[in-house]
Amino acid sequence: MVAVRLWGALAELADGTPEVEVDATNLRELLAQLEEKYPALRPQLARGVSVSIDGKIYNDTWATPIRPDSEVVLLNRLVGG
Amino acid sequence: MAKDEFQTREFKVVGTRPLRPDGIDKVTGRARFGADMTVPGMLWGAVLRSPHAHARIKNIDTSAAEVMKGVKAVVTRADFTHQPDDPSISDILDNCMAGEKALYDGHAIAAVAATSRSIARAALDAIQVDFEVLPHVIDVDEAMKPGAPVLHKGRQQENVPEGYSENVLSRTAYGHGEPETGFKSADLVIERIFKTAATHQGYIEPHACLATMGADGQGDLWVCTQGHYMVRNTCAAILGIEAGKLRVTASEIGGGFGGKTTVFLEPTALALSRKAGRPVKMVMTRDECFRASGPTSSSSITIKIGMTKDGKMTAATGEYRYQNGAFLGMNAMLGAMTGFAPYDLEHVRTSGWEVVTNRPKAAAYRAPGAPMAAFAVESVVDELCQKLNLDPIETRLKNAAREGTRAAYGPTYPAIGLEATLKAAQNHPHWSAPLGPNQGRGVACGFWFNFGGDTCVSLMINPDGTVSLSEGNPDIGGSRASMSMMAAEELGIPLEQVRTIIADTGSLGQNDVTDGSRVTFAVGLATIKAARHAIEIMKQRAAMNWGIDPDAVEWVDGAAQPAGPNAGKFPPMSVAEIAAIASKTGGPIAGHHEVTAEGAGVSFATHMVDTEVDPETGAVKVLRYSVFQDAGKAVHPAYVEGQFQGGAVQGIGWALNEEYIYGEDGRLQNAGFLDYRIPVASDLPMIEPVILEIPNPGHPYGVRGVGETSIVPPLAAIANSVSRGAGVRLTSLPMSPPKVLAAMKAQ
Repeated sequence: MVAVRLWGALAELADGTPEVEVDATNLRELLAQLEEKYPALRPQLARGVSVSIDGKIYNDTWATPIRPDSEVVLLNRLVGG
Repeated sequence: MAKDEFQTREFKVVGTRPLRPDGIDKVTGRARFGADMTVPGMLWGAVLRSPHAHARIKNIDTSAAEVMKGVKAVVTRADFTHQPDDPSISDILDNCMAGEKALYDGHAIAAVAATSRSIARAALDAIQVDFEVLPHVIDVDEAMKPGAPVLHKGRQQENVPEGYSENVLSRTAYGHGEPETGFKSADLVIERIFKTAATHQGYIEPHACLATMGADGQGDLWVCTQGHYMVRNTCAAILGIEAGKLRVTASEIGGGFGGKTTVFLEPTALALSRKAGRPVKMVMTRDECFRASGPTSSSSITIKIGMTKDGKMTAATGEYRYQNGAFLGMNAMLGAMTGFAPYDLEHVRTSGWEVVTNRPKAAAYRAPGAPMAAFAVESVVDELCQKLNLDPIETRLKNAAREGTRAAYGPTYPAIGLEATLKAAQNHPHWSAPLGPNQGRGVACGFWFNFGGDTCVSLMINPDGTVSLSEGNPDIGGSRASMSMMAAEELGIPLEQVRTIIADTGSLGQNDVTDGSRVTFAVGLATIKAARHAIEIMKQRAAMNWGIDPDAVEWVDGAAQPAGPNAGKFPPMSVAEIAAIASKTGGPIAGHHEVTAEGAGVSFATHMVDTEVDPETGAVKVLRYSVFQDAGKAVHPAYVEGQFQGGAVQGIGWALNEEYIYGEDGRLQNAGFLDYRIPVASDLPMIEPVILEIPNPGHPYGVRGVGETSIVPPLAAIANSVSRGAGVRLTSLPMSPPKVLAAMKAQ
């Protein structure tokens, strides 16, 4: 199981808890599990998210590995200028 | 992609300062920018724009325009029959051509293609539009009120609490801890409200394109953009055509700064061309650039910070209210994430409120959302230092985020360079230089993310041994130089033997936009990998030539050679020698690399500025300015310095002069460089760049992005300097002379 930290507005949609646990070994599984376990998160997941894994931010790569002890933080999808 | 790519090495090419590969073309006029392309049979396009800030479009009569001599096509929203699936693309379509309502002064209503510009403009005058003028709202705080005029119905996201106007489309919240607990342990708590005006990127080259849609459904587009793949994909989605049918070529670009990361004219030009059956060229006027491209947000920000008398920040909260123009944006979210990012805070909470107003759709502007946030946060930090009689750099060092710090936006930082920038500033002669009367010295920190993204590079070994490198990102900040340098470094050949070009969308796979400080990092990484791929092929060719195993060949100083005495005695084969026999050893040689670059890291900077305030006029003169920023590894230090300097200069303009000024009628009153004052050389001192090089572990050479962070601290640094020089704390930007003078007189 991986602990996933949610930002404030998302936490309110996930049973009000700022940290949820999902069974995932990579980014794709993580996002799929979040969508399945917390349907209220679907609109935001559809809009796009970035995920910080052990302090590095990832946007797309499904195969990015996640260890059970990884620090995983869900972020809004980031853009630059 | 490996998470730890960096390896220490001695560089021969990287880190030097060769001449700019585009310099001669640009100073002699040979470079072709957006408006420099002309083709036979070309028509000129022009856009009819709304004179109202908010109005329902009851009817558009184009009949008189259509019958004018020389007019070949007229389009309105009715000609855009395809509805994009993606809501963000749908917003772009609505912005490019108004639907039921005009949402801001300058919003496109119709467009004409004619045989000359003058005929096109005359045809615009012949179009009759029946408007029902609606109430409008320009200010972000006013737009949030429950009774404010509403731009869109039913677009509020599920994350917005009840009780807000429907103009509040989204809310994000970040942070950890219990700020109220932290404030109780502070010796001083300061809460301030800040306002910043909307500003424009001020790129010198206006938006321009040349579109051709053929009868066979295939199209070509020549365009001034930061991302021609984005242009292709967006236009295809808007027009309902397959992306592969549209080939987009990026022109040279006279500045973008985030403002050319979307489309404004291009779908309309393609629609006109499709209707007219001829190529259509469109070039924005400067007035159009201001009224109808993508400025940044204006903002209203509430910051509260508690501090002990020895300088420890105990808690912080921030409410970031940004208007993003007439459509959903994310600048407030980015402000809420970045404002407190430089600090190690046990208790921090922030919220970002995305609000729509009757203004043009905001586009990115270098570190979008972050400069305003830093202005507010760093101003309060500085005021706390002043009131508690604390050293502003020591205080920041005491509270600085470091490896292991939990960032205000959530994650735990890996190794970061903020402390190094602060110490570099502290040890710089600027910090101890004397100041004169009415002069002050301000310091501020800034944070920004770096990005990676989709990247493709192809590296061709030509028959004579020279190298042609193709990248898919418009060169805004020197990428042709830096890619050539990295390719030469990796191959071990002279820089002069490498030429980098920006390929069109038909020549390489998908490439993300030149934005997010991503190109030197991501394209550089792909370039190095493509060079390594080519080296492996060249080693195989040399092995074939010598009749030995490829594993027995190594690459040293730009040549293949046997890996040791047991491999055989053969003289090294240079790139040119291997290329000369390529046809006989397997065919043309090319390396390539395709990647979604991830894990780009984050970036910090510290800025220091001296200003002098004229007590009679309130005018602020910038006397000295120093930038301290981590580049990871400066591939071409002159370009890196240019990025540092450019960001600082744009920030100076934002802080002192630049603002979108609207009248009571909701119309923009200063849509030109005469009244919208950007800094010119005579306004500025030499901006002294100090490059720090703390390698990025995610890049083979340690490169970090540097393009955006430098615009984050200036607004605050200048406000802090003015505060110390004039004795007044301004909480509203720009700090124009009348504002400063009024504040001084009010003391």
